Amino acid sequence: MFRRFDKDDTPLEFFFEGRRVTARLGDTVAAALLAGGAGPFRLTPASRAPRAPYCLMGLCFDCLVEIDGVANRQACMVPVASGMRVRRQPGPPSVA
Amino acid sequence: MSGACLLAEHGAQILVLDEQPAPGGQIYRAVERVATQGRTALDRLGGEYAAGVALAARFRASGCAYWPGSTVWQVTPERSVWVSRNGRSVHLRADVILLATGAMERPVPVPGWTLPGVMTVGAVQILLKSAALLPSVPFVLAGSGPLPLLVAQQCLAAGARPAAFLDTGSPSNMFAAMRHLPGALGLPARRMLAKGLALRAALRRSGVRVFRNVRDMRIEGDHAAEAIRFRSGRAEHRVEAQLVALHDGVIPSQQITRLVGCAHVWDARQRCFRPQLDDWGNSSVEGVMVAGDAAGIGGAASAALAGRLAAFEALRLLGRIDAAQRDKWAAADRRAMRAERAVRPLLERMFPPRPEILCPADDVVVCRCEEVTAGALRQAVAQGCQGPNQAKSFLRCGMGPCQGRLCGPVVTEVIAAARGQTIEETGYFRIRPPLKPVTLGEIALLET
Repeated sequence: MFRRFDKDDTPLEFFFEGRRVTARLGDTVAAALLAGGAGPFRLTPASRAPRAPYCLMGLCFDCLVEIDGVANRQACMVPVASGMRVRRQPGPPSVA
Repeated sequence: MSGACLLAEHGAQILVLDEQPAPGGQIYRAVERVATQGRTALDRLGGEYAAGVALAARFRASGCAYWPGSTVWQVTPERSVWVSRNGRSVHLRADVILLATGAMERPVPVPGWTLPGVMTVGAVQILLKSAALLPSVPFVLAGSGPLPLLVAQQCLAAGARPAAFLDTGSPSNMFAAMRHLPGALGLPARRMLAKGLALRAALRRSGVRVFRNVRDMRIEGDHAAEAIRFRSGRAEHRVEAQLVALHDGVIPSQQITRLVGCAHVWDARQRCFRPQLDDWGNSSVEGVMVAGDAAGIGGAASAALAGRLAAFEALRLLGRIDAAQRDKWAAADRRAMRAERAVRPLLERMFPPRPEILCPADDVVVCRCEEVTAGALRQAVAQGCQGPNQAKSFLRCGMGPCQGRLCGPVVTEVIAAARGQTIEETGYFRIRPPLKPVTLGEIALLET
């Protein structure tokens, strides 16, 4: 959905859903995912509707993802780091 | 930043807690980083953005302690602050707290606004400023006021052309605003109006399709935005776009001031709540001050001045200067503030929020987190729901992860209209800690 308009200065790699994604130092996780064409970030717990960032400034919580095993992180507030493992949040937790 | 500089330069012991990774807030976001990329990168974002370079440099040199990447999750009226940083939380106490949490874009609840690919105009600008990202799919900017025009210009300058620009302003508001024109003709106001006209002219020259007097917007798509449908004049239009950026002005960010328990007043002209403050920024809670757009929308220049005025008062509260000294030092800033503020009545009358987003149709989602529609809210009112806080128990409205940040203003409007009472009578969500998610582990490790 987005493309860079200047040259990458410091590229780094992280993982989204196990897939390798290139980002740059200083990106938030949200910016890196939008640049990487990630599609929806999460499904809502209420109706499993797909969501992606709305405000990108820490208000809307629609960019919530799991980062390195911790759920409900705001992708727009967390700087991306090399080797980070990011996963989509798949709606309501299942009750076994 | 301006207040912190002044306080530090006068020897006050000051700590700045910033949720962002670098100085600049939203207006001058990532300004240091963009500055390292040279003049062209700065110019692309406009002259006012470049003003942030000097401010950030002064801030760095001021000697104040600075904690970027800090998430404040609790503030009490006794001026205790809990803040999470690098996965650890700490508890701080302060003699004076100056809250400068700025503004947020007013939520724009239209059908389809929860679809992936729908963002705020500010969000598109954040990607532009902080990540050098431009839309790569057909996109539409829709809104009124200065920001959509500015972002259209920034996108064009960086090489992305909107499929359409939807101006949701109404000609009758423009006309009605003219009676505020004579009062608005100070120098800062003239500069601002000239800039607005220049942006409009640039948009016209660019040849981007512009639709005026746009209403009844509806974003279409099954799993993501595909197109936007709207009325302009008598005709209905449909423009294909995978990215739709919405905007309808900005309002104070109330989360912290509500949490602390500051009294708030309804600002009918700006159509928002704001903390009740005296001329210096003192709130109703002793030792808790507010400056900048969190105190009521005034813009970046006005925010800097408010920060300085609050800093002079803070020096007095800390016993470093007396009232006479404060008044003398603050006189020039106060005059500048009056000049800055002169343009606000004109802007407020020109770009009031549209009724259709203040009180959306029944099928529109109001609470994005819990997916509560305006219709469900009205039904709850019919069943006896008396206000926003009761709506939580009826519908879980405002109880999702955003804690009512995005639905709060709309919920109050919808309930007030449904109950036939004023906004003041209706009130607002009670805001509780933690302001942001914090792990149990962090709380367990807290030293008291």
